[in-house]
Amino acid sequence: MDYVPHTNEDRSEMLKAIGISGIEELFSDIPSEVKLDRKLDLPPPMSELELRKHLSELAGKNTTTDDMVSFLGAGVYDHYVPSVVKHIISRSEFYTAYTPYQAEVSQGMLQSIFEYQTLMCELTGLDISNASLYDGATAIAEAATMSSRLTRRQEIIISQAVHPEYRSTLKTYAYNLGLEVKEVPFTDGSTDIEAIKELVSDKTACVILQNPNFFGCIENMALAAEAAHEKKALFVACVDPISLGILAAPGEYGADIAVGEAQGLGIPMGFGGPHLGFMTCRQQYIRQMPGRVVGETRDNQGRRGYILTLQAREQHIRRERATSNICSNQALCALAATVYLSWLGKQGIKEVAEQCMAKAHYACEELSKIPGVERMHRAPFFKEFAIRTPVNPETLSKGLLESNILGGLPLGRFYPELSDSLLIAVTEKRTKEEIDGLCRALEGLV
Amino acid sequence: MPGIGGISMSMPLIFEKSRPGRKAYSLPELDVPKKETSDSLPEWARRKQDPSLPEISEVDLIRHFTELSRRNFGVDQGFYPLGSCTMKYNPKINEDVAALPGFNNIHPYQPEELVQGALELMYEFGRDLCEISGMHEASLQPAAGAHGELTGLMIIKAYHESRGEGEKRTKVIVPDSAHGTNPASAAFCGYRVVEVKSDERGGVDLDSLREVISDDVAALMLTNPNTLGLFDENAVEIAEIVHNAGGLLYYDGANMNAIVGIVRPGDMGFDVLHYNVHKTFSAPHGGGGPGCGAIAVKEFLAPFLPVPVVEKQGDRYVLNYNRPQSIGMVKGFYGNFNVMVKGFAYIRSLGAEGLRKVAETAVLNANYVMTKLKEYYNLPYDRFCKHEFVIDSSRQVKHGVHTGDIAKALLDLAFHAPTIYFPLIVREAMMIEPTETESKETLDAFIEAMIKIAELAETSPETLQTAPHHTVVGRLDDVTAARKPIPRWTPPEE
Repeated sequence: MDYVPHTNEDRSEMLKAIGISGIEELFSDIPSEVKLDRKLDLPPPMSELELRKHLSELAGKNTTTDDMVSFLGAGVYDHYVPSVVKHIISRSEFYTAYTPYQAEVSQGMLQSIFEYQTLMCELTGLDISNASLYDGATAIAEAATMSSRLTRRQEIIISQAVHPEYRSTLKTYAYNLGLEVKEVPFTDGSTDIEAIKELVSDKTACVILQNPNFFGCIENMALAAEAAHEKKALFVACVDPISLGILAAPGEYGADIAVGEAQGLGIPMGFGGPHLGFMTCRQQYIRQMPGRVVGETRDNQGRRGYILTLQAREQHIRRERATSNICSNQALCALAATVYLSWLGKQGIKEVAEQCMAKAHYACEELSKIPGVERMHRAPFFKEFAIRTPVNPETLSKGLLESNILGGLPLGRFYPELSDSLLIAVTEKRTKEEIDGLCRALEGLV
Repeated sequence: MPGIGGISMSMPLIFEKSRPGRKAYSLPELDVPKKETSDSLPEWARRKQDPSLPEISEVDLIRHFTELSRRNFGVDQGFYPLGSCTMKYNPKINEDVAALPGFNNIHPYQPEELVQGALELMYEFGRDLCEISGMHEASLQPAAGAHGELTGLMIIKAYHESRGEGEKRTKVIVPDSAHGTNPASAAFCGYRVVEVKSDERGGVDLDSLREVISDDVAALMLTNPNTLGLFDENAVEIAEIVHNAGGLLYYDGANMNAIVGIVRPGDMGFDVLHYNVHKTFSAPHGGGGPGCGAIAVKEFLAPFLPVPVVEKQGDRYVLNYNRPQSIGMVKGFYGNFNVMVKGFAYIRSLGAEGLRKVAETAVLNANYVMTKLKEYYNLPYDRFCKHEFVIDSSRQVKHGVHTGDIAKALLDLAFHAPTIYFPLIVREAMMIEPTETESKETLDAFIEAMIKIAELAETSPETLQTAPHHTVVGRLDDVTAARKPIPRWTPPEE
């Protein structure tokens, strides 16, 4: 099956117009010694029917979270995606468009990005948002390089309680740019603020904390921000946008840049991507912000319209002096988040956050009643928490799967010293019955 | 039909439609004890001021975004000859299979045995990408083309470092015709960018290349066919020059649509390439993303690929993180999986025959349109093109009509504009890429529109200078937008 509409007649008329007798002449400038002298070794083409069957079979080999009760989070969350999201992002006027370079025929996408930017500013309490970044991990890396440019300093301080894959990605980026990454330890699941104070210096470009952090603990961001600002370093807050319905906004505790992963805003878990990286910052940093920004303007008749703006920061104009190399971003995911946040509205963002928190706290309390099981940390938490169990968490997870429960993330995977711990996430989707089921199943295993 | 939709009213923002107390959402009754935030959270952890999210009913929400969609132009709305972007038709079956719950409702940290289908798909897709490019091993982690470039360069850097030449090799050579992402990615990888000129045939000028080549070169980045749509006939010689100096060759796969099944970058001597799965393999662009910038490398570079790598062990697929020479991760998890599903579905639909036909037809279409237009527009490089070509408006400029005017006039005629003012080495450039999925009738209609515009440039230049006239907004003021940025909505002062 292919999607080429040409008839033989079309082809010969076109060749005639070009003045050649065969298509191969158009490739005569490719040296014959490198041309492929065989067919590509690929499976034979499939009809639509065969393709659907084949892909359905592959999809069927995966066990989905529809088939299990999931308490797995660790950066990717099983939040409810309302129907409106899929219906809007499935409109092909949106999804078959390119980046809105021709503003007059791209007002739909441009206005939706402008609305997205406004929503992200509202949530994070900061002034400026870009149009999106790839994901939470690369957003942290971009925030670090942005901070380095702004401060002309080369050292990045990040808490070990930040998502391990975000730190790993940061280190890859930083290494190649000659930035030094220093990690701050945590005690009792919370970043050691005193250690930040000791580490931060006039070489520090930024201090990066996640809130809630990888263990679900709510950090004292204001104290961390203060420690960074003491040495004129920037403070970068990596946040869960759903939590911002009730948790303090980065703008409220002195963050200069907020970044994070917005998968929870109407985007399926999708085996890890595409998700949605976001970044907001204070007004004065706008010209060092990476990625696209949409701005309001007027047309030649004075009507309001939207356009990609501040492009002098970007690679297609600034080339090697650009603020980042990012070009394509996650536009359709940003549209999903825009629809999702509009669906929730002012009340909904609070209610979904409150439900997550209430259910997570209920789960934690009930689990703690099981002999030998206890929450690891004392810090306040939102929708995720770590428990210590007498049974090896890997064994425990396998056991829970027997009861169709995806039981959380054994922390030993990333923190060998925490190999007795399991990270459990509870979203608004989990019911009391499901949580009670987890407790019963777990009790039977310890 | 002029423009799209013919709607011209100023469109309110969703915030302007908000009314206190209205809502679209519903959540189940809370079935566990409610936690007062004041009880569970210390004061310092709590939000002080509620975010001003819009309050709107579901029907008005749907109408708002539906109306916005009507103000947007995609491939399904019409011809989209945006050069370098490969705006081909996005098959609907690919959307359907990518939306299967088995691909969407899976968590990246689920045990491997519960995601064997996803891993198998990634493994097979990676193998296909290697076969199509003549490479050895792939990574699907990069999220977009530029991200693939950066990853490829990091791999090159790691390779040089492994040979003790990391300190020495500090330069990356980029032709002056390159995509802007090439120099930006090189800089983001800590390299110094050196530009080489193009020769009169539009290829890399070999003398200029020899001048800058030395043992401090880490790599040359090349798009072939290049951004002029021209195949660099000296590709093999260029590879030799760079390799002889100990440098590596990076292939920017943005233009793979011209050569799939015909020639493979690996066979031309390239060591690393990235694909734009959202171009060559038909995954939609989503209004700017998400994409998939998968990379593939020759065997000697495979140890440096990002982790994890999907491997096959017997009948089982695993994620291998234990690759000691790896550059590390460049993104969370495994890449934009959903985009991979679409690219994989596309390759499986077309097979080897279909992919070759893609390149042949894309090149036929481009040459056909180029032949028809060169009578009316200046063609700076008059030779067979590949999947795209570049003309300029130097003839129209005499009448005061610029490339930007021509682009806007096309919008009035219900076509998307070509890529304009790029590549930078052609003044007033228009880069036209028809793709293989466009019929002769569509191409003829576009040709006719371009001829009409060329005529108007002579007879009525002011019509073009003030275009577009039939779109939902007229020409927008980008200068003021950049000078005094308004990047968010703020409520009017009471």
